[in-house]
Amino acid sequence: MATLMAYVIGLLFTASIYMMLRRSIVKLVIGLIILSNSANLLIFVVAGLTRGAPPLIPEGADQIVGAVADPLPQALVLTAIVIAFSVLAFAVVLIRRAYEVVGTDDLDKMKDTDT
Amino acid sequence: MNLAPVLPILIPLVAGALSLAFWRSIRMQRVIAVAGTALLLAASIWLMRLTVEHGFLVVEMGSWPAPFSIVFVSDVLGAIMILLTGIIGLAIAIYSLASTPEGHEKFGYYPLMHLLLAGVAGAFLTGDIFNLFVWFEVMLLASFALLTLGGERAQMEGAIKYVTLNLFSSAIFLSAVGLLYGMVGTLNMADIAQKVNSVEDPGMVTVVSLLFMVSFGIKAAAFPLFFWLPASYHTPQVAVSALFAGLLTKVGVYALYRVFTLIFTQDVGYTHTILLWAAALTMLTGVLGAAAQFEFRRILSFHIISQIGYMILGLALFTPLALIGGVFYIMHHIIVKTNLFLVSGITYRLLGSYELKNLGGVYRQRPYLALLFLIPALSLAGIPPLSGFFAKFIVVKASLEASEYVVAGIALLVGLLTLYSMIKIWAEVFWKKLPEHVTDTRRLNGEVRDKQSWAFYVPVVGLAICTMIIGLYGQPIYVLAETAADQLMNPQLYIEAVLGGQSQ
Repeated sequence: MATLMAYVIGLLFTASIYMMLRRSIVKLVIGLIILSNSANLLIFVVAGLTRGAPPLIPEGADQIVGAVADPLPQALVLTAIVIAFSVLAFAVVLIRRAYEVVGTDDLDKMKDTDT
Repeated sequence: MNLAPVLPILIPLVAGALSLAFWRSIRMQRVIAVAGTALLLAASIWLMRLTVEHGFLVVEMGSWPAPFSIVFVSDVLGAIMILLTGIIGLAIAIYSLASTPEGHEKFGYYPLMHLLLAGVAGAFLTGDIFNLFVWFEVMLLASFALLTLGGERAQMEGAIKYVTLNLFSSAIFLSAVGLLYGMVGTLNMADIAQKVNSVEDPGMVTVVSLLFMVSFGIKAAAFPLFFWLPASYHTPQVAVSALFAGLLTKVGVYALYRVFTLIFTQDVGYTHTILLWAAALTMLTGVLGAAAQFEFRRILSFHIISQIGYMILGLALFTPLALIGGVFYIMHHIIVKTNLFLVSGITYRLLGSYELKNLGGVYRQRPYLALLFLIPALSLAGIPPLSGFFAKFIVVKASLEASEYVVAGIALLVGLLTLYSMIKIWAEVFWKKLPEHVTDTRRLNGEVRDKQSWAFYVPVVGLAICTMIIGLYGQPIYVLAETAADQLMNPQLYIEAVLGGQSQ
C-alpha cells in the first residue's frame, strides 16, 4: 500500500510541476492545487498507514492497546488543508483580477516587472 | 504562565481585530495602528530584557509538558528579531499615516499590517516546526493582500510571481516537515534536535535538510531562488515595500539560522558548504543586478538580495565569530534597508516618480533629506563609523579566519559595488539638476505641503538614529549578538531549556 501511495505522490508532484511550468495562469493555479494536495498526501503516508485502528483507549483500559493510527499527521493534514484552501482561494481571485487588469492569461506576456 | 513570549504575537492580533471592528472609522484605525505597534515595541523591549536576564523563556501552550504541547521559545536571537519587528512596525505605522492612499486605508490596510506583524512575530517565537509553517502562512496571506492592495497592473504581475513561488516554497516546507516527522515522530524543534542524531539513515536527514534549505532559501531570496523578489517588491505602495524589505525575507533567514544551527548539524561539511557558495553567489548576483537598474526601489530590492548573502554567509561559515557577524548583520540590515525604502517614498512624494531619470535636484531644495538618505546609504555600503561597517567587518574577518579567502574577497567586492549603487542614486536623485521634462515641482519647491509631512520624517530620522547608535555605541549590541551566537553554537542549551521544564 505504502509503495503504491509513494508512486501516486510522485506522479502528483510531477503533474503539478508540469502544470506550473505551462504558460496559462489558470494551469498555474491548477498546478498549485495539485502541489498542495500532494504535500498533504505525503505527510499522511510518510507517518505510516494504519488501517482500521483508531487511536482510542478501550473501555476499562488506561492506555492504548496494540498498534493504532497516529492521529497527529491527520491533525497536520487537516490544518494544512484549511490553510491551502484559504491561500488558493486568494490565488484564484488573484488570477481573475490579473486577467482583468492585464488582459491576458499568458504568463509570457506578464514580464513588465521583470528584467 | 509567563506572558512575555506570547505578548508580541497577541498584541498585533488584538490590534488587527480591533481595527477590523472599526472598519468604517479610518481615524480609529490609524490610532490603533500607532498605539498597537507602540505597545508591540514596548512588549518586545520587555521580552528582550527578560530574555537577556534568563537566557531562555519558554511558554507551553495549555500547560502541557514540552514535547506534547506547542511551545513558544524566546532565545536571544528570537528576542532580537522581535525587537526589530517592534521598531520597524512602529516606524511603518507612523509612516503609513502620511503615505497610505485613502483607498488602501478603506480596504483594510491597517488590519493587514497588524496581521503581518503577528505572523512575523509568531515565526520568530515558535518552538514547533509545524507551527512555524502556520505562522509563515499567516504572514504570507497578509503579505499577498498587502501586495495587491490597489490592484494596478504591475502589482498583479508581481503578485502572481510572488504568490506562486511562495506557495511552492510552502509546499516544499510542508513536505519536509512531513518527512521529518516520519523519521523522528515529533514536531517540537528541541525534541527533533535531540532525536535526529539517532535516525537510522543519516543520508535521509541530509536530504530533508536540503528540502528545508530550498524552502527557506526561496523565502529568504537566496541565489538561485530570488527571482520573485525584484519582480514584486517595487510594485506596492512604499510603506508596504519598506515593511516587506525590512522583515519578510529576514524571516526566511531566521528560519535558516534556526534549523541549521539547532537541527541539521550532523553533516555540516556538506550542507554548510552549499550554503557558503549560495551566499557568495547571492551577494554577487544581487549587487550586479542592482548595478544594471535605474529605478530607485528596484536598485534597493536587488540590494536586499546581496545583503541576504552576507547573513547566510555568517551562518554558512558556522564559527562563533561568523554567527556573531550574521546576527549583527541582520540587526543592521533590517533598520537600514527599511529606512532607504522610506526615503525613496519621500522623494516619490516630492517628484512623483521612482525612475532615476525623472528625479533630481533634491539636494538643492531639501539638503536635510539628502543627509537622511546618506546615513543609511553609506551604512549599507559599509562606511565607518556607521552600523554597516562593523557588520561587514565581522563577517569578512570571520571568513578570513575560516580561510575562505575567495568568499571574503567577494564580500569586499560586493561592498564596493554597493557603494557604487548608492553613489548612483545620490548623484541621480540628489545632486543632478532637475531634468527639464519634470514640470510638476510644486511639492519639491514647497508650494504644496502635506498636512502630515511630519509622519514621513519621524520614522526616517528615528531609524537613522538607530543606525548611528548601532555604529557608534556598538559594544552592547555586539555583546548581544555574541550571546545570541553563543546560544546558537550550543543547541544543547536550547534543548535543555525547552525540554528541561524550566518554563518559569
